[in-house]
Amino acid sequence: MQAARKTLETSAWEILEQIPDPEIPVLSIVDLGIVRSVEVDGAKVTVGVAPTYSGCPATEFIEDSVVKSLQSGGITLVSIRRVLSPPWTSDWISDRGREKLRKYGIAPPEKGAAARGRLLGDPMATERIVACPRCGAENTEKVSEFGSTACKASYKCIECLEPFEYFKCI
Amino acid sequence: MSKDQALIAYVTRMGDNAIVMAQRLSEWVGHGPELEEEMAMSNFALDYVGQARMFFSYAGELDGKGRSDDDICFLRDGWDYGNVLLVEQPNGDFGETIARLVLFETFYSLQLEALATSPATKLAEIAARAIKESTYHLRHASNWLIRLGDGTDESHRRVQNAIDRLWTYTGELFEADPVDQIMQSEWQGPDLTVLREYWHRQIDESLAKATLQKPEDGWMDSGGKGGHHSEHLGYILAEMQSLQRTYPGANW
Repeated sequence: MQAARKTLETSAWEILEQIPDPEIPVLSIVDLGIVRSVEVDGAKVTVGVAPTYSGCPATEFIEDSVVKSLQSGGITLVSIRRVLSPPWTSDWISDRGREKLRKYGIAPPEKGAAARGRLLGDPMATERIVACPRCGAENTEKVSEFGSTACKASYKCIECLEPFEYFKCI
Repeated sequence: MSKDQALIAYVTRMGDNAIVMAQRLSEWVGHGPELEEEMAMSNFALDYVGQARMFFSYAGELDGKGRSDDDICFLRDGWDYGNVLLVEQPNGDFGETIARLVLFETFYSLQLEALATSPATKLAEIAARAIKESTYHLRHASNWLIRLGDGTDESHRRVQNAIDRLWTYTGELFEADPVDQIMQSEWQGPDLTVLREYWHRQIDESLAKATLQKPEDGWMDSGGKGGHHSEHLGYILAEMQSLQRTYPGANW
């Protein structure tokens, strides 16, 4: 019984690691750090999912794809538990996820930037160096605090002139 | 009023503030002074919609009448809405929208911070989540306040006028009615007199950096928390609820 539970949990995680984030498909939802837990009770699997932003339009889509993917992987009894605490911050993105983001052309968020002191400090003191994900130059410029999705800001590289996106630190 | 009723009313009001802010900010879509700011305003609106949904869902759970977030949002009329008058005021020009954001978000982030330790666990969790977004909004709006206030004569004049015009709606934020009082005594809600001091300190700082004058406290308009609104809320709700009113029970 113990072994069976272990297997179910492991295979659930394996499936979850294959589910892409709908807005940044290079990242899996596990890399993104929004899958908080997998609980196994008999044949039933409960997945704890934390939304990134309160208004993230992908939240329901992601929950839906978790259920569908697990079911097509043979786990039929699936339920979702929405986890608010502790809240998601960009620090939840895994190291592997950060590397994937960089390769994809999105500058990953600075680690530890979501720590309270930095977040609530002087609003003017939050400018930080964001390296260009393409050429690595640190000579970049913020175009806008906002980007194509709620979680990204827009930057451009002064050296290679490429525009790129930066995963916001929150 | 029981402590549970006060909590339901309080949480619903927080949802009301958030959803009305969302409606106002999304009016900028297609009208922003530049594309990036249009994205900013719509991003903020989206955060507020998400927060409103969490507040409304929680209120629905608490009152146990089987109401969903959508029911609470779309099936109540103006007198049931308990948002403060400040959030329903028209956007005005971009400067006025920024001025309102700074005045409201400074209050809201302090309110959320106080609620993050409430024994109403779910409310505390929502507050901890929302404060991260609120801080981002406040940072952005504060930077714009400086650019406009310390910008050209024209931008300075306009944003100063906006602060002067909106000032009369800031008193209500700190008026403690029975709901606020019970929240404070039973659920560790914010002490509004203390919160007011913090707010003034932060606003003094923001205005000083933006070379703006703080208006004198004069007559303050209020009533929103109790459902007595300015004429503006009706138009907002008419637009927001038109689909539900025309096709009751319609689903996406």
